[in-house]
Amino acid sequence: MGLDIRWPIGLMFTLIGALLAVFGLAKGAESVSLGININLIWGAVLLVFGVLMLLGAIKGGKTPPSA
Amino acid sequence: MQAIQLQWIDYTILVAYVAFVIGIGWALSRYMKTSADFLTSARSIPTWVTGLAFISANLGALELVGMAASGAKYGISTAHFYWVGAIPAMIFLAVFMMPFYYGSKARSVPEYLKMRFDERVRALNSFAFAVMTIFASGISMNALAKLLHALLGWDYNFALFVSSGVVLLYVLKGGLTSAIYTEVLQFFMIVLGFAPVVYLGLKDVGGWHSMNSALQTVATNPAAIYLKDAGTTYAPNAWTSAWQPVLAGPTHNPMGVDWFAMIFGLGFVLSFGYWCTNFLVVQRAMAAKNMTAARNTPLVAAVPKMFFPFLVIVPGMIAAALTTLPDKGYRIPPPVIAQANYDKAIADVKSGNAGNIAADLGKKVDAEKITSLIAANTASKLSDTQIEQGLYNSVAENDYDGVILSLVKKYCPAGLLGLALTALLASFMSGMAGNVTAFNTVFTYDIYQAYFAKGKSDAHYMWVGKVITVVGILLSIGAAYFASMYNNCMDIIQLVFGFVNAPLFATFLLGMFWKRTTATGAFLGLFCGIGSSALFHALTIAQGNTPGIKGGYLTVVSTFPSEMAQNFWLAAFAFIACFTLTLVISLATSRTKSDTDLKGLVYSLTPKIVDNNSPIYQRPAVVGVVLLIVCILLNWYFW
Repeated sequence: MGLDIRWPIGLMFTLIGALLAVFGLAKGAESVSLGININLIWGAVLLVFGVLMLLGAIKGGKTPPSA
Repeated sequence: MQAIQLQWIDYTILVAYVAFVIGIGWALSRYMKTSADFLTSARSIPTWVTGLAFISANLGALELVGMAASGAKYGISTAHFYWVGAIPAMIFLAVFMMPFYYGSKARSVPEYLKMRFDERVRALNSFAFAVMTIFASGISMNALAKLLHALLGWDYNFALFVSSGVVLLYVLKGGLTSAIYTEVLQFFMIVLGFAPVVYLGLKDVGGWHSMNSALQTVATNPAAIYLKDAGTTYAPNAWTSAWQPVLAGPTHNPMGVDWFAMIFGLGFVLSFGYWCTNFLVVQRAMAAKNMTAARNTPLVAAVPKMFFPFLVIVPGMIAAALTTLPDKGYRIPPPVIAQANYDKAIADVKSGNAGNIAADLGKKVDAEKITSLIAANTASKLSDTQIEQGLYNSVAENDYDGVILSLVKKYCPAGLLGLALTALLASFMSGMAGNVTAFNTVFTYDIYQAYFAKGKSDAHYMWVGKVITVVGILLSIGAAYFASMYNNCMDIIQLVFGFVNAPLFATFLLGMFWKRTTATGAFLGLFCGIGSSALFHALTIAQGNTPGIKGGYLTVVSTFPSEMAQNFWLAAFAFIACFTLTLVISLATSRTKSDTDLKGLVYSLTPKIVDNNSPIYQRPAVVGVVLLIVCILLNWYFW
């Protein structure tokens, strides 16, 4: 099948990760659980994962779905 | 449990996820040209994708909800469902069985049975399988709808129809490929969505060692947190050691199982019956692009599977441990009780009618806690909220299926909450989509094409496949309403698998490895095997259950210490019945297929695959042995 699954996975986690991290930064007080800003930390983790997936997809050489 | 208010960020994450899964279906729809594209992915997918889909299709409602529930009820022994009940069978599938499934070019497991035996065996298997997938899917959807109702206050019916609508949309667009691709997305979503909850839970309970010492308190007096009846006591390691309590005997472990039922019933019969013959998972491996990829699929899947207990069982153990620590303000949630009932009970607390409270709430209550609640209220007027909290803590029953959600609610701020909730939704969808895609393939090829409309055009079968997808989802919704009558989903699933799958592995074992097995032997053996499961269930009962609902419909011949023990023994019994009958009848009947017919279908008549050409880390036998060693080390570590 012509779709490389790393594109949607990468895009989705980059998006959600960025969103979560920004939310954690902007609303620090609401993002704390057990004394840590979990939204910021976990958002960053998701962002890194998403970017790695995207890099894999780009290296894999397949184009994103044009649809 | 009170409904959680989601914020815009939570909804955004949820919507983004749903948009991506539907988008994948859309992007794939232009590749859906033939029925093979739609129903079998036309054997085109790379190993890591089929491997993660393999595990994700199995990662339905059972895993996150049922395993956390069992983690609280039984502790680390629950990991046997992974280390004993999955890994060895997955390795066996990869090394020994995949060559026949993939090499025979069968499009489904029932079709393999037709090639190896005859139409009768296929018919029996495909009908039984179709019924089972519908039930499995229904159970998963019921659990999802119940959770969304409890968590978000969504209407049960609304939750049921919306979530199945999403699955319908992407499966209908992109077929099996769409299900497999979204399963990979779901796999990462589930792991990344739940890992922070586990981390926060462990941090709160004070780390692994503090959790274990709290669980030792649980083991010596499980009645204190309403896990068992008053007076029950176990050795301190009953929740924290995987093997010692099981080896000590059924009265020494909270599962109430003995080692034979555990190893033979779960580890051999149920496990091999599920992983090696269930088309739901095998279908993912059959969609791989070549033989090596197909054989490596279960092995890729075995790696995360081995470590899933830390993601899905540990939360349950954390919940049980937290409940014993009063300063944490947490308990394993009691069953959901309507506000009207709480209001009645609050009135009775105020007027001091301790005796009425159990009836008001409709649940067993802890008399001591009620007495002290009333005393506290008399001493200094408590607010209604405080009284309700006191009543909540006094309910002497647990709703184990609520464990995972109560932790999510406790630890996740807005944002992370949306992520965890989406992960939960993803797990249900992957389970449902897995069942539906297996159902539509079996129904289209093994029931419709085989018995109702032979020799139609491919476009016709593709159309039927799509119609059946819709029908399958509608039937699952029906099954969901049926499943809503049961409490712990794990037990009932094991029961269904026990009926259908336990005897089936005997048929495959004999069929694949003994060329003398005849079609008549296989058919009658399997038929009587399923019959004997039902008979076994009709004659036995688990302690504490009323005959008629969960066994003992005819009369009670034997009583087991727990439902789980009953299920494991049922599986063992059905396997032995099917194996013996197939063997005896095969010897008594003559073969209808020659050695040439059986080439590629039976071990001794198929040229061995030589994988000396592939790199060592891609050879299934080598990888399989390494995985097995890691699995044994895990068992040893948690001995």
